[in-house]
Amino acid sequence: MEESPLHPFELHNWIPISLGGLDISINKAVVIMWVVVALVAVLMVMAGRARKLVPGKLQSMAEMMVDFIRGIIMDTMGKEGMRFFPLIATLFLFILFCNLIGLIPGSYTVTSQIVVTAVFACLVYGLSLVMGFLLHGVKFLGILVPPGTPAWLLPLMIPIELISQLARPISLAVRLFANMTAGHVILGVLFGLAISGGLLIGWLPFAFTIAMNGLEVGIAFIQAYIFTVLTCVYLGDAFHLHGHDEHAH
Amino acid sequence: MDSAAAALLGMGLAAAGFAGAGVGIGYIFGKMIEAVARQPEAEARVGKYMWIVFALVEAIALYGLVIAFIIMGLRK
Repeated sequence: MEESPLHPFELHNWIPISLGGLDISINKAVVIMWVVVALVAVLMVMAGRARKLVPGKLQSMAEMMVDFIRGIIMDTMGKEGMRFFPLIATLFLFILFCNLIGLIPGSYTVTSQIVVTAVFACLVYGLSLVMGFLLHGVKFLGILVPPGTPAWLLPLMIPIELISQLARPISLAVRLFANMTAGHVILGVLFGLAISGGLLIGWLPFAFTIAMNGLEVGIAFIQAYIFTVLTCVYLGDAFHLHGHDEHAH
Repeated sequence: MDSAAAALLGMGLAAAGFAGAGVGIGYIFGKMIEAVARQPEAEARVGKYMWIVFALVEAIALYGLVIAFIIMGLRK
């Protein structure tokens, strides 16, 4: 049987650890995750250590990042959303660096494992549900009824809205996972073509690989951005129940 | 037809979903160019939304790929 295009995504345990039947083995993805966390932490701590009025390169990069994330939150959730800034910024930076580090040959894209993205998505969606019920109580169930729905449409609208709500975490998880997986599969297939094509025609797919790599860097940024924006939108929905008009753009 | 051949056919058919994404991406960039041609100063704001929608449309195409992978996993 031919080699599966998903072969590079397989994980092999480096140090098998089992904790009461729970598999917490150390594998490549775990190590890369540690690297990402260390990288983000070191970069951000170093950027914030010596704060100057006229920022250096590192500090202005960090300032741009913070400004960017603040802009997303202000656009979608308004001023009250700033209390979620640490969560949103952590999510954005972690996903962004996971996506980017995966582009280095020989490394591993953590976000191409659906379990990682699914945990993020469930966390975000669960947080929005918990926060909605804490803030609005039983009235939060009104999120299933769009404002201005006539009463006779309710039996139709509630199931539709219920499905669209339940689709949120799934689409959030699958979008990031599928984008990362597909990008790397495409790169792998193109490299395969370049090798099997030989010198005569192989340069064509190889040149295309370089272009695709550039696109993948863009996709890494866009997907991290989209995940963050949608997180903000879902949290904002729970925050201002039906109050979209004041903050919508 | 044996099931292996059917699985391959199914995986191929899943690629048909990319046609819809192609239409969608064409629309997005076409409308973006139209909008910027009418109002060049709006480019930065329109561009931001364009990239978001581009990624959303692309993700929908990739759901087809996910289905192809699911079939591939099932066919053994």
